[in-house]
Amino acid sequence: MLKINNLHANIDDKSILKGLNLEVKAGEVHAIMGPNGAGKSTLASIIAGKEDYEVTEGDIELNNEDISELAPEERAHNGVFLSFQYPVEIPGVSVTNFIKTAINETRKAKGLEDMPAKDMLKMIREKSELLEIDRKFLSRSLNEGFSGGEKKRNEIFQMAMLEPKLAILDETDSGLDIDALRIVANGVNKLKSKDNAVIVITHYQRLLDYIVPDFVHVLYDGKIVKSGDASLALELEAKGYDWIKEEVNS
Amino acid sequence: MELKEKIISSYVAFENDIDINSDIHDIRSEAFHNFEKLGFPTKKLEAWKYTSLNAVLKNDFCIFPNKENAVQFADVKKYFIHDIDTYKIVFIDGKYSSFLSDTTHDGKDVCLMSSALSNSKYKAVIENYFNKIAKQDNLTSLNTAFANEGAYIYIPKNVEVEKPIQIINFTTGSEAATMVQPRNLIVVEENAHVQIIERHQSLTDNPVLSNVVTEIFSARNSTVDFYKIQNDNTNASLVDNTYIEQKTNSVVSVHTFSFGGNITRNNLNFYQRGEHIDSILKGITIIEGKQHVDHHTLVHHIEPNCESHQDYKGIFDARSTGVFNGKVVVEKEAQKTNAYQQNNNVLISDKATINAKPQLEIFADDVKCSHGCTIGQLDDDALFYMQQRGIPAKEGKALLMYAFANTVLESVKIPEVKSRINKLIATKLGVNLGFDL
Repeated sequence: MLKINNLHANIDDKSILKGLNLEVKAGEVHAIMGPNGAGKSTLASIIAGKEDYEVTEGDIELNNEDISELAPEERAHNGVFLSFQYPVEIPGVSVTNFIKTAINETRKAKGLEDMPAKDMLKMIREKSELLEIDRKFLSRSLNEGFSGGEKKRNEIFQMAMLEPKLAILDETDSGLDIDALRIVANGVNKLKSKDNAVIVITHYQRLLDYIVPDFVHVLYDGKIVKSGDASLALELEAKGYDWIKEEVNS
Repeated sequence: MELKEKIISSYVAFENDIDINSDIHDIRSEAFHNFEKLGFPTKKLEAWKYTSLNAVLKNDFCIFPNKENAVQFADVKKYFIHDIDTYKIVFIDGKYSSFLSDTTHDGKDVCLMSSALSNSKYKAVIENYFNKIAKQDNLTSLNTAFANEGAYIYIPKNVEVEKPIQIINFTTGSEAATMVQPRNLIVVEENAHVQIIERHQSLTDNPVLSNVVTEIFSARNSTVDFYKIQNDNTNASLVDNTYIEQKTNSVVSVHTFSFGGNITRNNLNFYQRGEHIDSILKGITIIEGKQHVDHHTLVHHIEPNCESHQDYKGIFDARSTGVFNGKVVVEKEAQKTNAYQQNNNVLISDKATINAKPQLEIFADDVKCSHGCTIGQLDDDALFYMQQRGIPAKEGKALLMYAFANTVLESVKIPEVKSRINKLIATKLGVNLGFDL
């Protein structure tokens, strides 16, 4: 599904990723952990195509196609979804209208007609129930005045609507209380299938109790320095990152 | 011959067409001499520092088109708000078009300035209100000198007008260049309520200069909602001089939507003569090319316990230029004034310019006056968010602009007007979002 080869990336001439390799297959859940400033969010933004970053070496393949030159919307049309750490507020545009626009623009890019209004409503109803979202919430302006939990739930709702091949959840657990965390994780688990893949970026093991990863990677100083199974996350939770830093630096 | 000379030498011909033995004509003559003395405004005047009419004034304007020109309704239908029932006062090249209009004298007067000026039935209202708050400046004087035609609206006490009134001024381009000077008078008595939509529309690419004066009197407890739709051809220039006097407990809102035109200058003046008055001034400007839109607002807080709310949003692309000069005067007696002013601008291109100047003159000591002015670019992070969801950059930018202008859009009270503005914005931005915001 996703193959990242020797990826180097800069922002304003500052090197952030320094030869990162990662392979994610369909049906897998990968967790990327690491200390602050390791480049976790940068990696998420680069996969999604944010233009602030300059890829200086390496490439990103999605289903054997190099996507590193594609615009962010083209990557989205190819099935990349990023759940933002800080979702943007858009006053005056309701959640419903926003997701309708997103879905129909994606369909347009694939040469399809707009989704019939009836089907759209049915889908919105189903997916909002999955995320335990109140119908009234859907007519509010996108993210405007939403609590941290509502913003994240809305991100996963959009993910459910867009049905991506590759979903990257960037710090989706930050700002969530335990109930919201359970709802969000439950939503992600229900959307998981053998045909899609999830990358969970997180600081803490907490979320991984609910979304159980097949692989855990430690990102440090722009590279993946250690990989393991779910037990690695527990070890990191218990021991912190210093031992990894020492291992790398020695 | 320079335009000023042409206007002066044409005045005698204008006088041949009208009744000159009236009090009104004394007002006109005085204004004429005032204009003769002042001439057109130049950039030397502080109020015109950023807006130059020089290029526009070089056109050889026909000053008062005399021909009766007809247009087919089918050709101009799109300029009307036609999905709701409205009263209509329509002018073609400055002449009243009875064919396109729908006026009334049933319990209120929605009719013509020319008949109000010549008919003794309206004498008292004209004497009390005509030219009572219009300034004696260059262009208002010029309009007053030629004041003869426009909309006359009189809403008596306790009358809530059941449908909006549209005032539309078409210019046909039958002359190589046309100058028109509509003069509107709107008197809204106690407890009365009226909604008005105004539009100036040129039907060809021939140059047009409209120099409009509108006086609005809003009595105790009255409500006036005024919507100005400025989406004219790029060879049409507009100077809109609007003067509003409010009495106790009245609420007047003016929304100005400026998307078109060559040079558009809005002089919007509010005078609060009473207590617990609310004055609302809102605007959205979206321009491109070499278009220029200048908003000069004045809110004069004269008495205590009143409010004013200003919210102007501007989006400037290419080499377009904008001006916002928002003046708020709070007199010594006007304690407990609450005056709010917000002016936010987005420059889409490196070549676009906005000159923004909040101007607060406060002489009272117990007031709340706030003003905020920003100039920025569209938020790249917000755009990335939308693109990530599959929305292309162009549509994403349009959504961001809607979001930016939303605080103004959401206060439009007539749904059909709001929907029309949404469509005009979508057309202007070249997008089809498939829904009304």
